[in-house]
Amino acid sequence: MNGQMNSLGAISIRNVTKIYDPEGVNVMAVDDCSLEIASGEVCMIVGPSGCGKTTLLNAIAGFHSITEGEIYLDDKLLCGPSKPKADQGADRMVVFQHGALFPWKTLVENVAYGPIVQGVMSKAEAHEKAEHMLAEAGIEDVANKYPGEVSSGMARRSEIVRALINDPKVLLLDEPYRAMDALTKSIMHESLLEVYDRTKVTIFFITHDLEEAIFLGDKVVVMTTRPATLKKTVDVKISRPRDYQTLTTEEFRVLVEETKDAVHEEAKKAFDAGEREMA
Amino acid sequence: MTNAVQSESIISAPRKKSNLEKLIRNKSLWRGIVALIGAVIFWEICSQSKIWFGVEIPWIGKVPPPSEVLEAWKKIFYYSGYWESWYLSTARVFAGFIIAMLLGIPFGLMLAVNRYFRDVFFPPFEILRPIPPLAWVPASIIFWPTTEMSIAFVTFLGAFFTIVINVLGGARNIDVQYLRAAQSMGAKQWDLFWKVVLPGTLPSIWTGAAVGMGITWEVVLASEMISGGGQQGGGGLGFFIWSSYMGGTVAQVIVGMISIGIAGYLSSSLIRYIGVISMPWRRLF
Repeated sequence: MNGQMNSLGAISIRNVTKIYDPEGVNVMAVDDCSLEIASGEVCMIVGPSGCGKTTLLNAIAGFHSITEGEIYLDDKLLCGPSKPKADQGADRMVVFQHGALFPWKTLVENVAYGPIVQGVMSKAEAHEKAEHMLAEAGIEDVANKYPGEVSSGMARRSEIVRALINDPKVLLLDEPYRAMDALTKSIMHESLLEVYDRTKVTIFFITHDLEEAIFLGDKVVVMTTRPATLKKTVDVKISRPRDYQTLTTEEFRVLVEETKDAVHEEAKKAFDAGEREMA
Repeated sequence: MTNAVQSESIISAPRKKSNLEKLIRNKSLWRGIVALIGAVIFWEICSQSKIWFGVEIPWIGKVPPPSEVLEAWKKIFYYSGYWESWYLSTARVFAGFIIAMLLGIPFGLMLAVNRYFRDVFFPPFEILRPIPPLAWVPASIIFWPTTEMSIAFVTFLGAFFTIVINVLGGARNIDVQYLRAAQSMGAKQWDLFWKVVLPGTLPSIWTGAAVGMGITWEVVLASEMISGGGQQGGGGLGFFIWSSYMGGTVAQVIVGMISIGIAGYLSSSLIRYIGVISMPWRRLF
């Protein structure tokens, strides 16, 4: 692990299986999946569409139950045989694929929502902290605008700030930059790296973009096509802090080459399986 | 050089337009005004075609021309009974509409958020919903002690079902990610309802309100005509039209019809205005 170690936020996924609709069609989304994520580690999950990456994230977040296995956060059971669905909590904040800022609240109101609703801060305190954190993220100028008034990049940065104000142990990101153009994406990467260097929060990040995964992550986990199991784990030993020069290094290029075949193989399998389903 | 500096300063600091200037430059407004004037001219020509050209245009040729309608309007403009009709119909519309909002919004939200409530109340609601409000007129005259209450009840029904179905649809269509995000941040059921479900449903509430308002105007006028608004209930624009028809003054009937159009337009504008005020984030769209 690079940088300062955080004592909290270690995730242990042990032999997790998830079968959707156990009494009906029995679609196995995740099959006997085990994964250890150290506290303060950036774990990037790569795999074909529909392979079960989001299922795993939903199980950690407490949105979905698991069928078998256990998930621990800092050695404390989140879900397992005795409790198939984890409780939702501000210790695991999710940044959603399509964005989930409340359109009826300004950015500062969105960010201040968590501390207010948890009762840990007064409205004035929460707003003051939200404004400060938005300023740190470089978007103080639009703090009082509604999400519909700002660019997708600003909205996404605000959403990460909204997650961070709750002081989570783990940040769960589900393809947050999927629909962005390359330029905005590169700014988002820099912004996330800056946030990570500052907070050292554990990050569980789902993506389709292999270069994004290696650029941001400490560990890249390639998953198989459905049902998801671990195909390959790549340790990214590129030093931090990272910047865009990293993308041109030999080290980076070698890691991309090393991982590309595994990703391509699974993508092809997923495509063929899709063709069969359509036939 | 001075000119260049002046023009540069004009470019760098564009003058803010006043509201009046914005109104004058509003092309949509002018298009609407021109369309209205064009429609009135067309109506006048068609209605007068028999006198002017010796050829009667079917249907519209039998309708009194706008000039005659304007004359009829001038005659009753200072007649208190006409304005009393406005007042009575408007009061009935708003009474029925406000009660429908007060009962319809919580009822629709309860249907959306509570499965047991939905299981019990949705089937009877769906059986009652297709019954046209006017079909309730005879029954409501029997059930309610006064004509005024009968009219209010039928008017209420006109808006109630539309508001409920819109609130239900709006609340059920809230993106589940908003609910998940709020729950992750520690929101309890009460917070979810007030801070997520209710604001998320507001656009549907105001859509339902605008449609419901239109229906209440349709219903109140028909029920005033049917129930004989001149007796216990007293007047109203519906009764004004009906009595003008019975008295054989077609121009006055059209005055009544246009009055309803204006009243309906003003009511809907008011609802839209309140909707815009209560949903500042929607002003962007």
